[in-house]
Amino acid sequence: MPKKTENILQENLLEYYRDNKSVLSSGLLDSVKNIKEKAFSFLTNSKLPGNKDEKWRNTDLGSIYSQKFTLGCQAEKYDKSIDEIFVCEVHGFESLKFSMLNGWFYSPGNKKIKIFENGLVVGSMMEAQKQFPEIFEKYFNSVIEENQHGLIAANTLLANDGLFVYVPDNLIVDDSIQLIKMLNREENLFVNSRNLIILGKNSKLSFLHCDDSINHSPGFLNTVTEIVVCENAHLHLNKLQNLNDSTSMVNSTFINQYGSSNITVNVITYNGGLIRNELNVNMLGQGSHADLNGIYLMDKSQHIDNQVFVNHAVPNCSSSELFKGVLDNRSSGVFNGYIFVGRDAQNTSAFQQNNNILMSSDAKIDTQPFLEIYADDVKCSHGATVGQLDTEALFYMKQRGIGDSDARLLLMFAFTAEVTSKINIEALRLSIEDMIKKRLRGELSICDKCVLHCSVPDMPLEFDIDLSKI
Amino acid sequence: MLLNIKDLHVSIKGKEILKGFNLGVNKGEVHAIMGPNGTGKSTLAAAITGREGYDITSGGIEYKGKIINDLEADERANMGIFLSFQYPVEIPGVSMTNFIRTAVNAQREYKGLKPMPASEFLKKMEEKKNLVEIHSKLTKRSVNEGFSGGEKKKNEIFQMAMLEPSLAILDETDSGLDIDALKVVAKGVNSLRSEENGFVVITHYQRLLDYIVPDFVHVMYDGRIVKSGGKGLALELEEKGYDWIKEQFDN
Ligand SMILES: Nc1ncnc2c1ncn2[C@@H]1O[C@H](COP(=O)(O)OP(=O)(O)OP(=O)(O)O)[C@@H](O)[C@H]1O
Ligand SMILES: [Mg+2]
Repeated sequence: MPKKTENILQENLLEYYRDNKSVLSSGLLDSVKNIKEKAFSFLTNSKLPGNKDEKWRNTDLGSIYSQKFTLGCQAEKYDKSIDEIFVCEVHGFESLKFSMLNGWFYSPGNKKIKIFENGLVVGSMMEAQKQFPEIFEKYFNSVIEENQHGLIAANTLLANDGLFVYVPDNLIVDDSIQLIKMLNREENLFVNSRNLIILGKNSKLSFLHCDDSINHSPGFLNTVTEIVVCENAHLHLNKLQNLNDSTSMVNSTFINQYGSSNITVNVITYNGGLIRNELNVNMLGQGSHADLNGIYLMDKSQHIDNQVFVNHAVPNCSSSELFKGVLDNRSSGVFNGYIFVGRDAQNTSAFQQNNNILMSSDAKIDTQPFLEIYADDVKCSHGATVGQLDTEALFYMKQRGIGDSDARLLLMFAFTAEVTSKINIEALRLSIEDMIKKRLRGELSICDKCVLHCSVPDMPLEFDIDLSKI
Repeated sequence: MLLNIKDLHVSIKGKEILKGFNLGVNKGEVHAIMGPNGTGKSTLAAAITGREGYDITSGGIEYKGKIINDLEADERANMGIFLSFQYPVEIPGVSMTNFIRTAVNAQREYKGLKPMPASEFLKKMEEKKNLVEIHSKLTKRSVNEGFSGGEKKKNEIFQMAMLEPSLAILDETDSGLDIDALKVVAKGVNSLRSEENGFVVITHYQRLLDYIVPDFVHVMYDGRIVKSGGKGLALELEEKGYDWIKEQFDN
């Protein structure tokens, strides 16, 4: 029986806000102050989500709520470049890199925002509020729906900073933008960060959102990202999550999609103590498409929870979800795919698939589709599988001389390939696949110091060069 | 002797399928095994290659002078035993090229050799693809995924050609092949035939044996060999069917 834990976090959050209100709200727009006040009263009157809530039944944050966190920490001065603090595992992939350290925008010379010649704006949320108040005000907190849970309210209340991206109408951003988020403190940090990404009409953006641990200290990341994808815009969003085993993260992404827009979101969870991804997509304009995919590779006693909500509010849209996971040891997972098709959303097609491989009899997955359909001209399908590695395929490989552990690795890697094949930037795909191989072999940086097995690290495996393209 | 199987009894889930099977294969020999459906031909192949769930309850399989009853499947493969599967398995997501390269290098490692340099590997692959006339685009796809029946069988022979085993067991490699593909498969097998290698060819049709001429033909029935002869036996079976053998044996 888990011992009964006390929720001290909620009171600490409220108290922290009360005590630091003047500092926290200095320099904020009035409208933002208002939004914070509302969040404060929401948090005062409702509990942080717990496993009594239907949507949190299988993800227990009780042990997090009972911890003492460092809530506010000051931004560090930029005295080391990101490359010195953190070696990015995504090799051979060119991107415009921006970073956040302990919840603060971290940049050379304290330059808080970058305005490119073509009109692209990337920088700190704090600064964007000052320099682009109209845009900021128009979109901030506009994508989040009402009545969200307490952690989102806590984020709205306490998030000091985050990344702001504004892509003007008709701009095709050639390079990917990469956000690298890191924690480097020894104490148990609670970091709220808030991002806002706006894609104007007919624009195009590839965004890579990396959450990394660079030490083995504990922490809790509570991230909210709001994304607005205007008419006929294209977003390719990849989230890479490689956190240490004592870090937890609740990562909520809200996307509003307008007419004929197109998004692809790939959420790749390599490692992390407890990770919950909430992906909410509102299809508000006809002719839009959303492709939402995920991979999770969990072991030890890690926990992953992917909550995907797609709201088909208008006709003639399509959505497709493919989430695949490998769970080893005592790890556990949740997949909850909620598709809502409103009364007017005729000619909707919505597809959902969740496949899992359990490598051990102690690993668990709870997978649930939830379809709510009010229109009648709808093509919907969903499926979930939970299984082991294909023994026929294993024997076939072993019959060719491939050892058992290599054969298993190849199969696990192959299992994830269906998702990675959807990453349309070749260099990025190769790099992500490479990290998956490393993870499956137990060689990914953050877990290599770990004594618990992920896999056999010194096993030579000969798929380092991808010959399939020759 | 390359392969020496003595009084082999094999059970699947407690049910005895091979009931005292004997077979000796010398280097350089081709043995054909024929016999009605369900008599245990594929079971024999599984037992030799070390598939899980096929329990050897008594008797032994000796290969290159070593009893291999308890060896893992990959070790047997690395010792040079190859099976062309009756039903090749599809492995989505694993590209043919990566798969065969992993296998080639695993076998080299077993022999204490360094991985094959990429250029040499590619050259060899080109050569063997041409030998079995398989299309380049197949090796770019996932292993067997979406391959036609004939393509799957050719792919088995391609892999055999790449791995150059000492003992190859072909389990109905001819079934489902058109006459041209059959010739190609035979060409692949014959090119590997040498004084050093042995073959066990499981088939239902005499036709294949026109192209891969066997030294011996055995008839298997109810878990053991009930008749052996030269290649003429295959012709006789083609003509008369199995009833005369079943009758003889059942009495
Ligand atoms: N995994 C299994 N579980 C239970 N019974 C099995 C299994 N595999 C084979 N058998 C049984 O063993 C017997 C021999 O099967 P096997 O596949 O070896 O026959 P075969 O001679 O290869 O037949 P065919 O000519 O049709 O390929 C059959 O009765 C079959 O049903
Ligand atoms: Mg058979």
